[in-house]
Amino acid sequence: MEKRELTCIGCPMGCQITVELDGKEVKSVQGNSCAIGDKYARNEVVNPERTVTSTVVVLKGDKTRVSVKTKNNIPKSKIFDCMKEIDAVRIEAPVKIGDVIIENVCNTGVDVVATRNIELCEATK
Amino acid sequence: MKAYDIVVIGGGPAGLAAAVSARKSGVKDILVLERDKELGGILNQCIHNGFGLHTFKEELTGPEYAYRFMEQLYEEKIPYKLNTMVMDISKDKIVTAMNREDGVFQIKAKAIILAMGCRERPKGALNIPGYRPAGIYSAGTAQRLVNIEGYMPGKEIVILGSGDIGLIMARRMTLEGAKVKVVAELMPYSGGLKRNIVQCLDDFNIPLKLSHTVVDIEGKERVEAVTIAKVDKTGKPIKGTEERYTCDTLLLSCGLIPENELSRNAGVEMNLVTNGPKVNESLETNIEGIFACGNVLHVHDLVDYVSEEAKKAGESAAKYVKDEQVESDESKTIEIVATDGVRYTVPSTLNVDRMEDMLTVRFRVGAVYKGKYVSVYLDGERIMHNKKKIMAPGEMEQVILIKNKLKEQDNLKTITVKIEEN
Repeated sequence: MEKRELTCIGCPMGCQITVELDGKEVKSVQGNSCAIGDKYARNEVVNPERTVTSTVVVLKGDKTRVSVKTKNNIPKSKIFDCMKEIDAVRIEAPVKIGDVIIENVCNTGVDVVATRNIELCEATK
Repeated sequence: MKAYDIVVIGGGPAGLAAAVSARKSGVKDILVLERDKELGGILNQCIHNGFGLHTFKEELTGPEYAYRFMEQLYEEKIPYKLNTMVMDISKDKIVTAMNREDGVFQIKAKAIILAMGCRERPKGALNIPGYRPAGIYSAGTAQRLVNIEGYMPGKEIVILGSGDIGLIMARRMTLEGAKVKVVAELMPYSGGLKRNIVQCLDDFNIPLKLSHTVVDIEGKERVEAVTIAKVDKTGKPIKGTEERYTCDTLLLSCGLIPENELSRNAGVEMNLVTNGPKVNESLETNIEGIFACGNVLHVHDLVDYVSEEAKKAGESAAKYVKDEQVESDESKTIEIVATDGVRYTVPSTLNVDRMEDMLTVRFRVGAVYKGKYVSVYLDGERIMHNKKKIMAPGEMEQVILIKNKLKEQDNLKTITVKIEEN
């Protein structure tokens, strides 16, 4: 039986969690204070996931970059591939919060969406 | 002179939430003054997620969180002025400000809500030995360059200080292709949230060296190398422990300081621990009708708590304007004393007649405490004794005081909040 010590990233409390593992099977989760912690721990030991946030270049906007995020978590191993796709994208203003910027990034089934509004630049109106 | 019921100084998370809550409490005549060209404050550059779990029960990025409050401000049609710098606040609540359209102008306010936020501790305040070449930035400046302007400050990075912005930037620079070589922290514990150490450093194998500081910066035009060394208990570097890192950039994440020049000029009394105003249960300063909330009051760990506090400041200011506030009475003022590991409390005084049914008292501890108790005493009597798994200086703690319990205590003079072994 393998024991893994984790710090939960589900919320700012940062609970110390102990997971007992038998191969790939989770035997027990201890130390979490809520259901988020339980879920995080079970996921983290077999298939760790993260939300990726970055920015994308905007053309003709009142700002030059729009902030974006993966709408859900993606596998940790795909973070840098995801960044490559994000860096390659150019989009045109206007942009609204929630607009899909990249569909199904790196075949994860997760979209990259805008997290702020960008208006058309005055000069191009 | 133009007059307003409430003038809010600052259009960041605190100012927005305070303005909206004052309006919802029935005050029509509100004006928000913002120095930047847009509302939302520092949240605009905090593009990472993790905001809003308490307030909205979902994880938002900084810009999304700010927009939730901006939307409310627009819905309530609360007027605001951007690109507007407040120059002075006087004791009788005259606000002097300037911008390009109006020039210099004055506003008479019935109540003022201070929501100016905080600033990073700058290089000059840190006494780092070595040269002063290009390539030294505060972590927040680097964050603005990368996330708003779209520039990378450097390729090989050393970070001094493990505050949250430093940790977040370690990840951000790594994602954008830089190599973050080390994060050095003077204290024996991190100043940031645990989750950020995991997802910003551990995820990318970035070493965090506690009890370390920068002892030399090399390079005349541009940073070429940074040397760090271990420090002893008094914070003095230990000879022989130096490690040299070649790099082109040094980021500083060494604490935040509430921005209170305006408050001081107005004669607002300061708390020497928080560097923010001293406030009572209504978040009112020593000057009647001047309230404070958010990072200008004390540096918060989570924006959710800023919003919560700002809401209360807005409600208090509304009560004051509508003349519904219970008269203040010096003889009924109860001191809240922070001692034995509790560095400060906000608020630091209260009047039982003026408080709501429940009052949240926020504080920070001065060291890492494991398995210790947070205790509250009413004069000599202990009324609260809560065991906490872990408390750290990087995270805010709170206790909730119940009005009825305080009322039961005859002639209550002092409330003490402290850490106890058992």
